[in-house]
Amino acid sequence: MEELLTAYARSLGIRVVGERDGAPLLQIDFSADVEGRPGAYHGGATAGLLETAGYAALHSRLRELGRDAALKPINITVEYLSAGLPQTSNARARIVRLGRRNANLVVEAWQSDTDKLIAMATMNVLIVDEE
Amino acid sequence: MDRYPDKFDPQVMASAAFQRSHTGWLGLRYSDHGEDWVELELPWRADLLGDERRPVLASGPIISLVDMASGMAIWTAAGTFVQIATLDLRVDYNRPAREHASVFGRMRCYRRTRSAMFVNGIAHDGDIDDPIAHVAGVFMVIRPTKGDVRWKNS
Repeated sequence: MEELLTAYARSLGIRVVGERDGAPLLQIDFSADVEGRPGAYHGGATAGLLETAGYAALHSRLRELGRDAALKPINITVEYLSAGLPQTSNARARIVRLGRRNANLVVEAWQSDTDKLIAMATMNVLIVDEE
Repeated sequence: MDRYPDKFDPQVMASAAFQRSHTGWLGLRYSDHGEDWVELELPWRADLLGDERRPVLASGPIISLVDMASGMAIWTAAGTFVQIATLDLRVDYNRPAREHASVFGRMRCYRRTRSAMFVNGIAHDGDIDDPIAHVAGVFMVIRPTKGDVRWKNS
């Protein structure tokens, strides 16, 4: 499962802990490496977790379909809904549409309360199939 | 702390703030600033890569870079430290960064209201006329000051 993560994601401390509703469930613990203002996640670290969950879900689905593809970012919009408290954060992506050349994803991040999102992202990803 | 005693200086803040926390881990550096904009540098590093096949920086740290540059652009434009929280941030990736290249985040605060701060800008890898990404975002002011109300949604 760790092969679903980039060097950046592993270095930041993001890990794949299982699956939820058919997509990889990612986690990161709070540490100084992800801290922005004292006692809260930096928005960039939260965005990194969301984006990593998006790519992990897409890689995982493409692998199931037997497609060997490179993924390239087209865009991402991150919405911050509440402060990331100094505790473990979770993220999971939903693939809204998987096409031949691109995919649209919605990613959600939460902490102890699964019903209270701390952030969400909308992503468009370019899929380049390898020959 | 609501205010610094003197006019906000992004270079002074960078020298203190980038020693630790997420920005310290990324190794962000001050690059340049103007009246309403700040540019920061994210140096290339092997453990920040986003693609096994090519030595280019991942997009995650680029979001951290432009988020931080946005906040500092807001404080520079306001001339003082204001408590803000990122409401949303959109990044359009125009092209991958060059291999082994630093990425620069150059963000401008183009509109300030009592409740919200609006930013836009680019990420580039050396040439501001050939950006790797375009960025737009809105930040909420956590503790608005009185007066100058133009935006009433809070």
